[in-house]
Amino acid sequence: MMYNKKLIAGAIVAATAAAFSLSAQAGEVNKITGAGSSFAYPIISKWAAAYKKETGVEVNYQSVGSGAGIKQIIANTVNFGASDDPMTVEALEKNGLTQWPLIMGGEVIVANIPGNKQGKLTISGPVLADIMMGKITKWNDPALEKLNPGKKLPDLDITVVHRSDASGTTAIFTNYLSKVSPEWKEKVGEGKTVNWLSKGNLGGKGNEGVASYTGRIKGAIGYVEYAYALQNKLPYMDMINSAGKRVAPTMENFAAAASHADWEHTPAFRVVLTDQPGDDSWPITGSTFAIVHKNPENPAQVKAVLDFFKWSMDHGQSEAKELHYIPIPASVEKLIEASWAENVKLK
Amino acid sequence: MATPEEQMALHRQLHAKSTGVLLDKLFKGSAFSFAALVLIVLFGMMLMLLKEAWPTFAHFGFGFFISSDWDVVNNKYGALIPIVGTLVTSLIAVVIGVPVSFGIAIFITMMAPAWMKRPVGIAIELLAAVPSIIYGMWGLFYFAPWFANYIQPFMTNTLGELPILGQFFQGPPIGVSIFTAGVVLAIMIIPFIASVMRDMFEIVPTTLKESAFAMGSTTWEVIWKVVLPYTKSGVVGGVILGLGRAMGETMAVAFVVGNSLELNTGLFYPGATIASTMANEFNEASGLHMSSLIALGLILFVITFLVLSIAKWFLMMLERAHEGTGT
Repeated sequence: MMYNKKLIAGAIVAATAAAFSLSAQAGEVNKITGAGSSFAYPIISKWAAAYKKETGVEVNYQSVGSGAGIKQIIANTVNFGASDDPMTVEALEKNGLTQWPLIMGGEVIVANIPGNKQGKLTISGPVLADIMMGKITKWNDPALEKLNPGKKLPDLDITVVHRSDASGTTAIFTNYLSKVSPEWKEKVGEGKTVNWLSKGNLGGKGNEGVASYTGRIKGAIGYVEYAYALQNKLPYMDMINSAGKRVAPTMENFAAAASHADWEHTPAFRVVLTDQPGDDSWPITGSTFAIVHKNPENPAQVKAVLDFFKWSMDHGQSEAKELHYIPIPASVEKLIEASWAENVKLK
Repeated sequence: MATPEEQMALHRQLHAKSTGVLLDKLFKGSAFSFAALVLIVLFGMMLMLLKEAWPTFAHFGFGFFISSDWDVVNNKYGALIPIVGTLVTSLIAVVIGVPVSFGIAIFITMMAPAWMKRPVGIAIELLAAVPSIIYGMWGLFYFAPWFANYIQPFMTNTLGELPILGQFFQGPPIGVSIFTAGVVLAIMIIPFIASVMRDMFEIVPTTLKESAFAMGSTTWEVIWKVVLPYTKSGVVGGVILGLGRAMGETMAVAFVVGNSLELNTGLFYPGATIASTMANEFNEASGLHMSSLIALGLILFVITFLVLSIAKWFLMMLERAHEGTGT
């Protein structure tokens, strides 16, 4: 009798183990997980919904911030990470990771100046840097009046609004300011959190925090992703780009910045799309990068991740445009697929 | 010789007694281990904070406490601005919150008509249960604009004109500032302090109060000379509870304080507190940055501990003074 009991128990254990290993080894992956950039969250979740309908595969993406996304993919707690700030080649090598751009988008300068209509005012990079450093403190400063001849600018204090949380949006913005202003580069520098120098500067949480402060405070200036400026109906400014031309923030101009970039010859796609050449390039453009392990412990999961992003490049373009992102150009898609074949070991 | 029935009864009694003793021991043991758990958790937390914060202290030394530099790009950190922000917002909260709570508690226990006592009491307890993020959102969307448009200009034009105090009431009219954070914190801690005070005032024996009234004391004299001396330790405890909450509050403060790491004398400038800085920067921090954030946490821990100790000491002094002059 004792013997029998043991036998039955053994059989049950074996059966459960077999069942588990079966479900783990089954080639069908029906769920992948990712974490990171909040910039890419709206488009990834929109793609995820369409992808699930089409293929049945569920994509679970947590918008925890770029840095946290990198931490999670290094710790291998998710199948892919997403960051607005590309990882350095050394950091990728060290952790056995590879990255590629998954979506691009533009940032705009929003300002709350009474009487300022959409796209009526212009700002240049160096002047913007001076404002953000607190060197220009009034809206009727001569530097601003020179950029906007014939416009009536009020005698109003400027309030600088920035992100209070560490963010890729700030990294792209300060990268741009560092490129156009040597003084900014020396005094502040670039990063996800920087030391804002202007007196009375204000930190809002997330794009929505910056948008809400800028919308409410007279004389405020801030930087947000294009979609947030549209949603909140905030007046944004035109900019002078690196070619010295006045450009408006439009999808075409964001895409122009992306197309002028040299993706092919930059290792690990580490292109920061700010201050790109070209007459119609919008100067503050950025991209979000997807990151996976090169030699994954779970190749089937990573294959499913690549499938998802391949699908997003082939079929997700209209969704991207609807949400005011720039889809990956076809030429870059070829480079990405070549990079996958070369770097990611799926067998 | 007892009959078998009697023997059985005796046996049962003894048995019951021994299980009682066993239960007692068990109870004592578990109560002890629960109490020990508190010490272990506290100690473990201290240890963890110290260990993680150590790189910062080793790197910056004492300078960490007095430097106002918080520059993530250049990896330079100083805790002065968050420390000052925490102390100033909490101070504003207590300065506003304590008198108001005192008034509420006195009104409920001594002056309110019977039909008002319960509803007001329940309302206070409900306020204490409102999640802090609600206070934060209310503060950001409703209180801050209203304050910026109506109260702040008035304060700057009156208090701001005073000779030395004036410099504290300056700042841009944006409504999110150290001062706003203090006011929102005051509103958040009032229910805590008020309900502790009310409970305290209610245990003052009626005979004591009635005797004082009978001897011709005014209401104010009864409060000041009978109720307060009788309840002072509880009242101070309530204030400390509120202060502790104000210093550690994160979400509501992060909404209304402005999250700016710069030092200004004007209370209407945006600022930052220890808790709000930690919450803002935690998810993207690593290395020395992370260590500095944890060092901030350790400092908050120590400040809270110091406040508690000072309060205890103050109470002890009060007791001693009372013993000296009294019986």
